[in-house]
Amino acid sequence: MSAKAASAARLGLICCRACGLLLRARPLQAGAAARCPRCGAGARARKPRSVACTWALLVTGAILYVPANVYPIMQSELMGKTSEDTIISGVLRLMEEDQAPLALLVFFASIVVPLLKLCGLSFLLVSVQRRSTWQPRGRAALFRLIEIVGRWSMLDIFVVAILVALVRLGSVATILPGFGALSFAAVVVATMFATLAFDPRLIWDSLEKKP
Amino acid sequence: MLTRGAAARSNGLVACPDCDLLQRPAALAAGEAARCGRCGARLYERKENSLSRTLALALAALILFAIANLCPFMTLSLEGRSQECTIFSGVTGLAREGMGTLALLVFLVSVLVPFLRIAGLLHALALLRLAPGRGRAAFSFRWIHALRPWGMLEILLLAGLVALVKLGDVARIEPGAAFWAFCALILVNAAAAATLDPALVWRGLERRG
Repeated sequence: MSAKAASAARLGLICCRACGLLLRARPLQAGAAARCPRCGAGARARKPRSVACTWALLVTGAILYVPANVYPIMQSELMGKTSEDTIISGVLRLMEEDQAPLALLVFFASIVVPLLKLCGLSFLLVSVQRRSTWQPRGRAALFRLIEIVGRWSMLDIFVVAILVALVRLGSVATILPGFGALSFAAVVVATMFATLAFDPRLIWDSLEKKP
Repeated sequence: MLTRGAAARSNGLVACPDCDLLQRPAALAAGEAARCGRCGARLYERKENSLSRTLALALAALILFAIANLCPFMTLSLEGRSQECTIFSGVTGLAREGMGTLALLVFLVSVLVPFLRIAGLLHALALLRLAPGRGRAAFSFRWIHALRPWGMLEILLLAGLVALVKLGDVARIEPGAAFWAFCALILVNAAAAATLDPALVWRGLERRG
């Protein structure tokens, strides 16, 4: 790498992730926290224990993903007909009702996005741990995509919340939330925290250590 | 301890927040954006009349937020009976069915966080305009950024649309005033995000300190 392509960390500088100010790192006293003098955010060259924290949250999300898909997210009683919906059966039902664009949206938010987060972040973590130099720009783009679309998996939880509030006409029509909704919300929260724990600068660190 | 990187600043360098590459910033014309030469992340932009425009949009957002939360979101009619729901009744509905944790989560991402982000933006920009002293303004402005992934208004609106279609066969559903206020709120929030220039605000807060 030429001198031109130096990271801030290599030159003993820290870029504050909250406000962008460039700081000079000095050795810290034990137990002292480093804070950015401009915005007051904790400032570190790299997020501490980023790989371990991301793995932990990701594995939590993966385990919760099982009950999230097995248990129903809601039970509905409409005009005497009782039915239970899981995440997947909800998408299938929309397809059967010829609501293709909406089915596609829910399919994307409830199935593609959680899997993208679980698989994509695992891939990024493995590549960082193996100090891979393969396609760093592509991997950076993958992480940005995960950051942007990650929150959209909340869609089904909101649908359940609205339906439960709206449809409570006693014996005529009632919709109740299911255990799957709680598990699925936990998956969304765990994977969002996993995304926040991952430090994308690690992708580029292995590149710089090579001659 | 941290001090401002005096040497780096005198050279006028910036570091990419996504890949940590040090680079020399280029001068931009209004409306232009600079991207990182290595990873392609957006580094900074120059926007026209950023502070006044964002302040006006944040004020509009606060008014729309009040309407969106106080008016009925949707009304369902079935066999002569009707049921209204507001955003907050979505929260209490989940709590009533024994899903307290889920209710709390929905409250946080659809009511509290969006409100804090609008109020924080107003607070930071108003202090920057009116009063000296930057401590509290910097605190608000930092938290707006940190809370960004957790405000989920646009997802809530789409969920309303999904609910509308799901029940369309069984019952009559009409979107209420809050539904339309939500649509406007999401547009105004997006416009505020587009006119806001965080680097400009941080430089302004730095001078005040």
